[in-house]
Amino acid sequence: MADMTHSRLNPSQTGEAQLPERDVRKSTVTYLMWGVVALILMWAWEGAEMRPMALITDAANMREYAAGFFPPDFHFWDLFLEEMLVTIQIAIWGTVLAVILGIPFGILSSENVAPLWVYWPIRRLMDATRAINELVFAMLFVVAVGLGPFAGVMALFIHTTGVLAKLFSEAVEAIDPRPVEGIRATGATRIQEVIFGIIPQVMPLWISYSLYRFESNVRSATVVGLVGAGGIGVLLWEYIRGFYYGETAAVMIVIIVTVSLLDILSQRLRKMFV
Amino acid sequence: MSEHAIAVDHLSKSFGRNTKALDDVSITVDSGEMVALIGASGSGKSTLIRHIAGLVASDRETCCKVQVFGETVQSGGRISGDARQLRSRIGVIFQQFNLVNRLGLLTNVVIGVLGRIPTWRGTLGLFTKSEKRLAMEALARVGMDQYAGQRASTLSGGQQQRAAIARALVQQAEVLLADEPIASLDPESARRVMDALAEINREDGITVVVSLHQVAYAKKYCPRTIALRDGKVVFDGPSERLNTEFLRELYGADSEELIMDETMSKPGYQPDSEPKVSPEPTIRIPAHTPAIPAKQTVPAYAAE
Repeated sequence: MADMTHSRLNPSQTGEAQLPERDVRKSTVTYLMWGVVALILMWAWEGAEMRPMALITDAANMREYAAGFFPPDFHFWDLFLEEMLVTIQIAIWGTVLAVILGIPFGILSSENVAPLWVYWPIRRLMDATRAINELVFAMLFVVAVGLGPFAGVMALFIHTTGVLAKLFSEAVEAIDPRPVEGIRATGATRIQEVIFGIIPQVMPLWISYSLYRFESNVRSATVVGLVGAGGIGVLLWEYIRGFYYGETAAVMIVIIVTVSLLDILSQRLRKMFV
Repeated sequence: MSEHAIAVDHLSKSFGRNTKALDDVSITVDSGEMVALIGASGSGKSTLIRHIAGLVASDRETCCKVQVFGETVQSGGRISGDARQLRSRIGVIFQQFNLVNRLGLLTNVVIGVLGRIPTWRGTLGLFTKSEKRLAMEALARVGMDQYAGQRASTLSGGQQQRAAIARALVQQAEVLLADEPIASLDPESARRVMDALAEINREDGITVVVSLHQVAYAKKYCPRTIALRDGKVVFDGPSERLNTEFLRELYGADSEELIMDETMSKPGYQPDSEPKVSPEPTIRIPAHTPAIPAKQTVPAYAAE
């Protein structure tokens, strides 16, 4: 042993520095894993009926279809803007309600705050709300509360609560426990420990996550409209179904511009808090 | 009612099967004393302090018991139901300051009243003017009032530690447990923190138990020292008796770590690193330095 250490310290004695030996078992596993990845890709190719050639053989059809979108028809621009605003309003309330509920659910699904018998069931409940897409919730709420923006708000609210609770609890689990202990040592209650010890630590992250979810809720709010849950999505769906491609293109441009502007704005805001 | 400020009875704490962090520790501290708790890293100082504060439960042996002012903090491995009430009478100062970085200093300090005010008001963060004034006075006492508006994260370690002492003052703690309060500080900050602790012990009669790494500080500030080794109390008596030979006897090779002179405790110094290989290890031992420098006022012995 002593000799080996010695020679390693003095490479000049053995001539050249030795490369670490290749671990045969390790590299076999690596090759096997690549093989499995290739198999999965081939398997999924079949199922998804991938036909890239169709893009070329049907190119003429597509060109004709795409030509229908030009020029975009902004004739009813005031209606588009009005509905776009409704969409943003849906996103605002969907996010605000989700933040309000996400905070308690997020804290209660954190391992370092709640005991197992609390955080486990709450996590599963939050999983369930995340597993189902907003669009599905929107269809359910359209039946429950009727056509219109409120169904959209409810759909976004339920789904986003699940997402935010998870993100919030991840932030809570990453906190520094020492300040919390410092507050506990003053004789504070559990809730006071959370308010003075945990929330100040996670606040910047929570704000950033909430703003990010607001951005994506604006995008989602355009989609929930497709099933009648209010906003510009309703308009979009009507135009596509009615073959009004000029108007469809105009609505899509309105959506793209609005979403981009909000992304930029919320990114600015997030930078202020982090 | 017992007249002891702190009474620890046959306290044991095991981590895993074979490691005993505390092994049948029994100590009493009288009201108004300033006691040093010394020992090498891993000797159980922090564990003992966290047990006295009721932050950790001991082993489930019926004889394990911790009382503060005659009231039970924990016994038989169960933290007492009204430990929260009792905790508000026990101030704890931690090595890493344990302030909330993103809160202002004043808020960090006024939090000390949480244990005394109605829960709903504390929970909503509605502190009265007089409570805030109390916090400002406490900050002024530790010389930190000019930083009241700053976030805790913007302050140096020594400043944060003094703010933590202010929080304990606002708490109106009757016992102050300081867990390695100066271990991560430079010598000058360490001196100011120890001065602040000695002052509140002397002027307010608050009982102080301070765990220390370096015997020099124990001798300078605390009339009485309790020494721990491997979770056992190996010495409990006047700090003057802790000379180099005696520490060697108590700790053997570990004594190096404790005898470290003030000048050796640079910020980069790591207590857990391997024993230093030094050509002349005796150099860092202040063999015949007087225990108490002349200009330092030392709190009087509590009457026994």
